[in-house]
Amino acid sequence: MIVRTPLTLAAVQPDSGLHAALGQAPAEVIEELARSGIRGRGGAGFRTGLKWRLAAEAPAPDGRRHVVCNADEGEPGNFKDRALLRVVPDLVFEGMTIGAWSIGATSGVVYLRGEYVYLRQGLEDCLARRRKAGLLGNNILGTPGFDFDIDIRLGSGAYICGEETALLESLEGRRGEPRNRLPYPVVRGLHQAPTIVNNVETFAWVPAILARGASWFVGIGTPGSTGPKLLSVSGDVERPGVYEFPFGVTIGELLEASGGEDAHAVVGGGASGVCIPATDFNRAISYEEVSTGGAIIALGPHRDLLDVAENFLEFFVDESCGQCTPCRLGNPVLLEGVRSLKRGDCTAKRLGELQHLGHTMQATAKCGLGQTSPNFFLSLVDRFGPEILDRVPV
Amino acid sequence: MLQNLPTNVAEEGAELSSAIDAVVARHGAKRSALLPILQDILAERGEISYLAMQMVADRLGAAPSEVQGVVTFYSFLEVETRGRHVIRLCRTLSCMMAGTRDVGAALEAELGIPFGGTTADGMFTLEWANCIGMCCTPPALLADAEALGEVTPAQVGEVIGALRAANVRE
Repeated sequence: MIVRTPLTLAAVQPDSGLHAALGQAPAEVIEELARSGIRGRGGAGFRTGLKWRLAAEAPAPDGRRHVVCNADEGEPGNFKDRALLRVVPDLVFEGMTIGAWSIGATSGVVYLRGEYVYLRQGLEDCLARRRKAGLLGNNILGTPGFDFDIDIRLGSGAYICGEETALLESLEGRRGEPRNRLPYPVVRGLHQAPTIVNNVETFAWVPAILARGASWFVGIGTPGSTGPKLLSVSGDVERPGVYEFPFGVTIGELLEASGGEDAHAVVGGGASGVCIPATDFNRAISYEEVSTGGAIIALGPHRDLLDVAENFLEFFVDESCGQCTPCRLGNPVLLEGVRSLKRGDCTAKRLGELQHLGHTMQATAKCGLGQTSPNFFLSLVDRFGPEILDRVPV
Repeated sequence: MLQNLPTNVAEEGAELSSAIDAVVARHGAKRSALLPILQDILAERGEISYLAMQMVADRLGAAPSEVQGVVTFYSFLEVETRGRHVIRLCRTLSCMMAGTRDVGAALEAELGIPFGGTTADGMFTLEWANCIGMCCTPPALLADAEALGEVTPAQVGEVIGALRAANVRE
């Protein structure tokens, strides 16, 4: 595992966050998280404090609530959760335990992608240690009535299961097909019970926030994107790996740190992300500007950006769950369009139709997969028009 | 697909049936345990046959077609018999940019099968994988449960040889 910067999380005192949380009422813990401004580290950026408050307040007819950790890190270019699960698994479980205290849950699940099966034993060992230390199980840390434990469940090779409702379907033993919303999982999630589903990194930051206080977290990053962020940097850089920077770091700064200064574009956010030209390298990584779950893939000057678009669309054609029409049928058409652009036989009229199709998919696909799969292609046409269009017959 | 049906269920199913009972007992006879149950059956038997799906459906009170729907949905679950070792080479962007195609060609040559194939001795299945989260050390592959990064075409023989040797030791 290649971690290229010191990690703030590595220095967080073990279980100090959990001790701090158990000294407060659940509503106060949630309030502290809300004050920290922390937003989902998986990429969607939903406010964690709000998510937990909604789950805590949702009626639970049979008294059950669930904490689910999304460790189905499938977005191409992302590998920072793999690093966290290796380096600080205790913090992830501690964050889940604080989540259980906050919303009143008794059961937790880590949904680990099948590709990371080699991490499983280390995580099981960590859970066993925590049970032995009274950090999981009944009356956690001597707190009467606070019972919570965590299971690890393995995925089986399906990108879509990183979508939270598909993940829940998979946990219930079904095909990973996203659900309709409403209701959101905070109201009816796993087995119809109120459920928080959070990214590995989000859970890992929670104990740090509880231990050091919301104001510490707010002091890092930008007003709309508080805290540090782990970033997965790969592609045409000399030093690929996991980097931690405060939100607000520019793409240029990240490329300088990783030795990718000669990139002529980067992929911001993985296959579902956008193509960012060098003229935009002064833009900041944050929810307000370049929003990403953490993946940055540098593309050197010798790369054909249409090859990149083709690779991503092949990925989406393969990974679409097939449930809704815009995604199932749209992605193959976009893929053929990109191939036609590469061959040089895509007309300007056809290119316009492909853009229209992409926008339709963004607006009408059922879940995030089909809504974001046209992003790279569309951004490519928008930002690299001349490079693309000189292959279009007049 | 009809060849997946045994000629005599009562005769050929007895051993399978008790194996499935053991797996179901481990995870509980509940629908939410379907994935772990199927994962274990595949690990133990190298396939999830139609008869196995029918038996699992029976134990969980689900329709056989629903179990089939789940098996065919997930790329790591297999209906057909696969090799004892499964090599999955990543073909997503960062790996592709670092030379996955050359590693793929070396794997095909070493094993004598195309992607999607299984060697005649039932030892190896070769498949493409979408991003396996090894983008910082490309090109990368999964050899069974292990991830290997920065694989060169020249190393392919060594990787395959090590897996063969592991079998000899067993």
